[in-house]
Amino acid sequence: MKITPLFLPTLALAGLSLFVGTTAQAVDLTGAGATFPNPIYTKWFSEYKKVDAAANFNYQAIGSGGGQKQILEGTVDFGASDGPMSDESLAKAPGKILHIPTVAGAVAITYNLPGVTSLKLDGPTLADIYLGKITKWDDAAIAKLNQGAKLPATPIAVAHRADGSGTSYIFTDYLSTVSSEWKDKVGKNTTVKWPAGIGGKGNDGVAGLVKQTAGAIGYVELIYAVQIKLPVADLKNADGAFVKPSLEGITAATATATIPDDFRFSMVNAPGKDSYPISGVTWLLVYEQQKDAAKGKAMVAFLKWALTEGEKQAKALDYAPLPDAVQKKVLARIETIKF
Amino acid sequence: MPTATTTMEAPTTATAAQRMRPVSRASEFAFRGLCLAMASVVLVLVLIVGYQLWRGAGHTFHRFGLSFLTKSDWDPNANSFGALPFIYGTLVTSLLGLLIATPLAVATAVFLTELAPNWLRQPLIFLIEMLAAIPSVILGLWAIFVLLPVLNEHVFPFLQKTVGFLPIFSGTSFGGYSVLAASLIIAVMVLPIITSVSREILRSVPDLQREAAYGLGATRWEVTRIAVLSYAKKGIFGAMILGLGRALGETMAVTMVIGNANEIKSSLFAPGNTLASVIASQFNEAADDSYRDALIAVGLVLFGITLIVNLCARLLLKFGTADAGAVH
Repeated sequence: MKITPLFLPTLALAGLSLFVGTTAQAVDLTGAGATFPNPIYTKWFSEYKKVDAAANFNYQAIGSGGGQKQILEGTVDFGASDGPMSDESLAKAPGKILHIPTVAGAVAITYNLPGVTSLKLDGPTLADIYLGKITKWDDAAIAKLNQGAKLPATPIAVAHRADGSGTSYIFTDYLSTVSSEWKDKVGKNTTVKWPAGIGGKGNDGVAGLVKQTAGAIGYVELIYAVQIKLPVADLKNADGAFVKPSLEGITAATATATIPDDFRFSMVNAPGKDSYPISGVTWLLVYEQQKDAAKGKAMVAFLKWALTEGEKQAKALDYAPLPDAVQKKVLARIETIKF
Repeated sequence: MPTATTTMEAPTTATAAQRMRPVSRASEFAFRGLCLAMASVVLVLVLIVGYQLWRGAGHTFHRFGLSFLTKSDWDPNANSFGALPFIYGTLVTSLLGLLIATPLAVATAVFLTELAPNWLRQPLIFLIEMLAAIPSVILGLWAIFVLLPVLNEHVFPFLQKTVGFLPIFSGTSFGGYSVLAASLIIAVMVLPIITSVSREILRSVPDLQREAAYGLGATRWEVTRIAVLSYAKKGIFGAMILGLGRALGETMAVTMVIGNANEIKSSLFAPGNTLASVIASQFNEAADDSYRDALIAVGLVLFGITLIVNLCARLLLKFGTADAGAVH
């Protein structure tokens, strides 16, 4: 009887210490950012549980802007962005932020032209359409690219994204590359001052605008165009070949793109006859010097897995994996993360 | 049975409370304190939101000054921000929506209180309340698939043919996505609020009013106009203010149908944008600090407009009630 009151708390304490002992090994890693890679990141985090049961990833798809802001403020362990961080932003960071490319995607040009089943476009023409300079479908510039096709004399209804998005970033990056007028007047960003057309919210918003309006043209993420089976235009690439958007076309573009040391590269209008011109990668953002050793160790292990095993799952989810050569370069960079 | 027991107990507890004065005072004090605390939560919330917006918007107003309110340029790349198109879009869509909804709502309320047979009244009231329960995004989708094609193919061409000489009904539209479509969807959203509140107001008009008018030999229309509507106009105006509050802040459905073009066009067939809509669509991906600050400043402007519009409405109400109550 005398032992019991003493014994019970001791037992409880022992139980508690046992509990604490096992959870101490679990590592919680929080991240936030881009919505575009969210499906594959979610898949990776759940698959990685099988490799390391102690690593708990919590990812919030709040948008690239939010991802960049949160990694700068250090409120998350990793960020994610569809556009590279600016020099200005990087300078504000308390430490060196690494850009780790993970997978690539593309932007497809979709249209609604009753009676026209295939459409060929090139960069300057596309830029002029979005600048509001080409306003009719039977314009000489479009007709020249589509000889033999019956183009209607209807006005072109231009659709773009109303919300800020990585898709718009890649698209305007491409237009800035192929048209100096676009570069000077509009530039590239997640949202720009659109010279023409109207905006839809999200890929579905733009697809809806195009689907409902005869004579409309719009741009959507490739995954979205594939899944909804939208008509897509063939684009003339840097080598002069007309290519349809495809995962192979994106990987080909990643292979020929010039990649700088910090991986903040743009791969629009990449050379190579198979390259699809409007493609881009998405990045994870991590500090080179990790503050928490346990977290840093888990992060590095995960990144290594993602860039090898993870890449193999990309195609099933309609993302383009990085070419082997790029994977190797990125893996070498992951090794430099200190914790 | 349960009602019987409560009515039986009620008098006994009341007398018990009267006998125990000190306890009653303490509970009275606690009751007052609790209510005051709850009421001040609202005030504190409004102040915190206002302060946070003010602080976040500081940079933007410091940089652009009042030109933030008068400039039409919205270019994140050039770091140039002006909110005029959004202010214009918010005011035009809200007021137009209210203009469309109010006659409908008041007529419905009159029908429900004065004219409708009993068997029709309840189902109608239920339907109107259902309309208020439809989520904004569902209304937006309905607008995209049903309303916009009808507008684009039938309504807009008709308006253009008949009243197209007016600049507000000129030009072509892109699939129906327009300021007018947004106003219509706002009208649908504020309709149930104005109807429900107006109905309550009309119901509270004393029957003595009606009987007096009938006694003077007035027809049903005259009774409604002179005795009921005139008596209730202050309340109906209040119902409109409630509707306006909803209209100013409506976001999702508006974003889906307004076309999101950041410019001011004279035609109602042209796309536009509103304050709430631009924040909702652009905040997520706004990476630059100045861009984010500009969007927060847009939030402050919306906050300010809501305050000013409500204040004006209240002043108008006070001003206009000097002769209300008296039946003309």
